[in-house]
Amino acid sequence: MSNNLVMMPLIFPLIGGILLIFFNKKPIVQRILSVIFSIAALTASSILVWTVHKNGIQIVEIGGWAPPYGITFVADMYASLLVLTTSIIGLTGVLYSFRTVGKAREYFFYYPAVQFLLTGVTGAFLTGDIFNLFVFFEVLLMASYVLMVLGGTKRQLRESIKYIAVNIFSSALFVITVAFLYAVTGTLNMADLSVKISENGQSGLLTVIAILFLIVFGMKGAIFPLYFWMPGSYQAPPAAVSALFGALLTKVGVYAITRVYTLIFIHDKAFTHGILAWLAALTILFGVIGAIAYWDVKKIVIYNIITAVGVILFGVAVANPAGIEGSIYYLLHDMIIKGALFFLAGIMISITGTSNLKKMGGLIQHYPLAGWMFFLSAIALAGIPPLSGFIGKLKVIQGGFEAGEYAISLVVLLSSLLVLYSVMKIFINGFWGEEKPINGNPSVKGMVYPAVILVALSAAFGLGTEFIAPFITQASETLLDPSIYIEAVLKEQ
Amino acid sequence: MEVMMSIVCGILFMAATYLMLSKSLLRIIIGTGLLSHGAHLLILTMGGLKGGAAPLLGEKAKSYVDPLPQALILTAIVISFGVTAFMLVLAYRSYQELGTDNMDHMRGTDSHE
Repeated sequence: MSNNLVMMPLIFPLIGGILLIFFNKKPIVQRILSVIFSIAALTASSILVWTVHKNGIQIVEIGGWAPPYGITFVADMYASLLVLTTSIIGLTGVLYSFRTVGKAREYFFYYPAVQFLLTGVTGAFLTGDIFNLFVFFEVLLMASYVLMVLGGTKRQLRESIKYIAVNIFSSALFVITVAFLYAVTGTLNMADLSVKISENGQSGLLTVIAILFLIVFGMKGAIFPLYFWMPGSYQAPPAAVSALFGALLTKVGVYAITRVYTLIFIHDKAFTHGILAWLAALTILFGVIGAIAYWDVKKIVIYNIITAVGVILFGVAVANPAGIEGSIYYLLHDMIIKGALFFLAGIMISITGTSNLKKMGGLIQHYPLAGWMFFLSAIALAGIPPLSGFIGKLKVIQGGFEAGEYAISLVVLLSSLLVLYSVMKIFINGFWGEEKPINGNPSVKGMVYPAVILVALSAAFGLGTEFIAPFITQASETLLDPSIYIEAVLKEQ
Repeated sequence: MEVMMSIVCGILFMAATYLMLSKSLLRIIIGTGLLSHGAHLLILTMGGLKGGAAPLLGEKAKSYVDPLPQALILTAIVISFGVTAFMLVLAYRSYQELGTDNMDHMRGTDSHE
């Protein structure tokens, strides 16, 4: 039973990207088309979430070849929720770009690259086959290379080279790992892999492959020893691009780790998930250390991404209902709020012309809306109750205590305070305090409302937890019990 | 045969690692190219180098080769060519802009732009 609806959130940005290439000299047309295609993708993914909620996991078999032989796309609740969030971030990112990226970038295929990035991210969430995961990683990486280097300033070129070198290496390692996995199991379909491994047992060789996957995805998702490339490269491009990267790219790595560690490599949890838990703890620690050490708006937000990745993966590592649910809540929350924070950091930079906190101050006098939005997203990020970060962190910590991981749970708790300190530092030094002279009062009218949309969503997410809970529970059920996923993919042979 | 191919893969990875650790950007790019070639060869080897007819199901041969590794390699080769081409252009542009291809001179800190 194939349902072509699964492909829709993927097809719209793909067609949009191709179409936009032909209009590269007409920025207005590009803007209109980008918005139209983003809204279409948003609609399609909303319908997808609803369908999955009503009828269970939807799959599509490309060309009518039944799994495990053909290529399958699988939309379970976890993937669909992430696709929905991706299209929200995509739409707001496009809206934010109108005022911020500048004419030169618009003429050089900025909007097509954004659409291709969304294609890659959506495809990576939806694919049910580990080699296609690699292909979609490459699609999104290629688009991200373009977005990162577009503009061609010295700093962008310098950082892009490092970013690309790191990613080529991790892609090669991905291919190598896939080759090993194929040699051991003889299949690449994720559901089939799960079946084969539970039939034959997870040998030592497979545990090695599991750790190799952790390295590959960890490099994309920026976990502890492998985040070194991230602060520099995410800082170089303009804020709209940083927002897309920060909200989407690292989350794809996190998604891939979650998928692989809840569906395939689940028979040696003491070892693999133990390593993941400790890496998550170290990721949180080094993330907050970075966040409180810098006086640069963008750097602080970037290090907060690393912290969030740690919290999400800790929820995955404890692998009990509370932990997994918490990690899904926190993942969705973090995508939304990181988008908002980057948008607001971009506004601060465009007003003051610098990202150094010591050179700005008193912005709230002239920009009250941006200031209060930043305040709201800061407390949401730290997990103050009415907003969206609270429930996720609560559940992750609850899961940690239930699993007996007291030390790491305390690290997560403590990190909240330091995260709050790091973003409040931006608020106090940037928006409060003594007013520093700025050249005129540049208007930020068109730049604030994408952030307002995201902050409003975050508030709705926090206050409407009751409404969202059934969706999250459904998503976590699939992650906790792989047989639901396997059943849906491999049922009618 | 598989053993020999594994050794060839190992040699490619070794050369790639050596080149990628050097300072010159061009050598790093050649290194990444070799690394992906090694990875492709590894896929082929890992699929098993068995003899057999082409995988055409109507032909009634005794055994067929496994078509999947070849399909995977085809995809991976296209991707790695694309990425290598992109990186060569980027290296050329950054050589024009930064005036160096030495990675030591491309360090970035907050203090200098």
